[in-house]
Amino acid sequence: MAGKKTLTFALMDAPYESARTTTAFRLMDIAARRGYDIRVFAYEGAVCVPFAQQTAHPNALHGRDAEEENHPLPKDWVAALMTEAESNGGSVDWVNCGLCVDERGVADAIEGVRRGTPGDLWSMAGESDNTLIMGTR
Amino acid sequence: MSKYLLIESRDPYESGDVGHYFDLAEGLARGGDDVTLFLVQNGVLPARRGARSDGLDAAIKAGIEILADDFSLRERAIGASDLRAGVKSSPLDAVVDGLADGAKTIWH
Amino acid sequence: MKVLQVIESAYRATQEEQDDTIVWISHAMKGAGADLNVLLRGNAVNYAVDGQDASGLAFSAWKQTQPPNMARDVAGLVDKGVEIYITEEDLAERGLGGAGLVAGVKPVPRAGVPALFAAHDQVWHW
Repeated sequence: MAGKKTLTFALMDAPYESARTTTAFRLMDIAARRGYDIRVFAYEGAVCVPFAQQTAHPNALHGRDAEEENHPLPKDWVAALMTEAESNGGSVDWVNCGLCVDERGVADAIEGVRRGTPGDLWSMAGESDNTLIMGTR
Repeated sequence: MSKYLLIESRDPYESGDVGHYFDLAEGLARGGDDVTLFLVQNGVLPARRGARSDGLDAAIKAGIEILADDFSLRERAIGASDLRAGVKSSPLDAVVDGLADGAKTIWH
Repeated sequence: MKVLQVIESAYRATQEEQDDTIVWISHAMKGAGADLNVLLRGNAVNYAVDGQDASGLAFSAWKQTQPPNMARDVAGLVDKGVEIYITEEDLAERGLGGAGLVAGVKPVPRAGVPALFAAHDQVWHW
């Protein structure tokens, strides 16, 4: 696929709740590897995805300590996505819906995440080549 | 004529709305639009040979291109030889290609 | 850019949010200058029914004093100039006809949805 593109993704799912989160990151990772500019509007539970206080845990059922378990933390996926995009000449602009952040008490997001409004979704979509909405159920 | 990429992440065994989505794909194709149906997550479950899905049968008969996410297939032990005729395994890149191409891309 | 907001999921967190968050974001984006219309389908067709009453929720001393009012919020979009389409078959499956709906909503058959899609640059299915 020739040419640099800008794609917007709207996410709604809280982490650890839906396969949509994994699929969304798989899609955005492909875009990041292509050096695309990626715009993310995190709405509702998705504002918890880059929450900085996520903590990995061991899993006794798996017989592994925390280090061996390497439990996925979605905040690390966000950071990895940002690094991947930048290393390929692209970017990630991750906007958390501010009201959604406040009602959930998750203002402590990782570096690079900013606070915004639904107007940001509209403006990001308008500046993008395409937009994918991934609603929750 | 528009290009449509319809992504189906749900399966017809849990969600009755999946049939309506397959009908929508058919309706768009009947109207002359270029339609690709991309199955992902549990949406790939009816792609296994022998699985029952009247909606998917009809979409295949209508000649709609139907792709199934290779990771979702592998995750559910559906190998290439297990796929029903009319469904092709595909990397998820096809969705990003569609978005980059400007296809009207709709998640369901 | 003209967008069709497709709303299918309904009554998911309306008590906690005091509204439907996709109806709400449609209001908010319209206020920010968005050119959008709405298609209510699936269970969300019930949002256009008059007479919904979500009042009275209470957990011990806590009381819901500002319950959601979906018909009001749908009517508010109509007032803002947003076209609200609603699928006839989804209404019929749920025992609803064209009567008793919020004024201004426009029933469309499922067979008419491709034409609606064609009339918009993007389709956002929430």
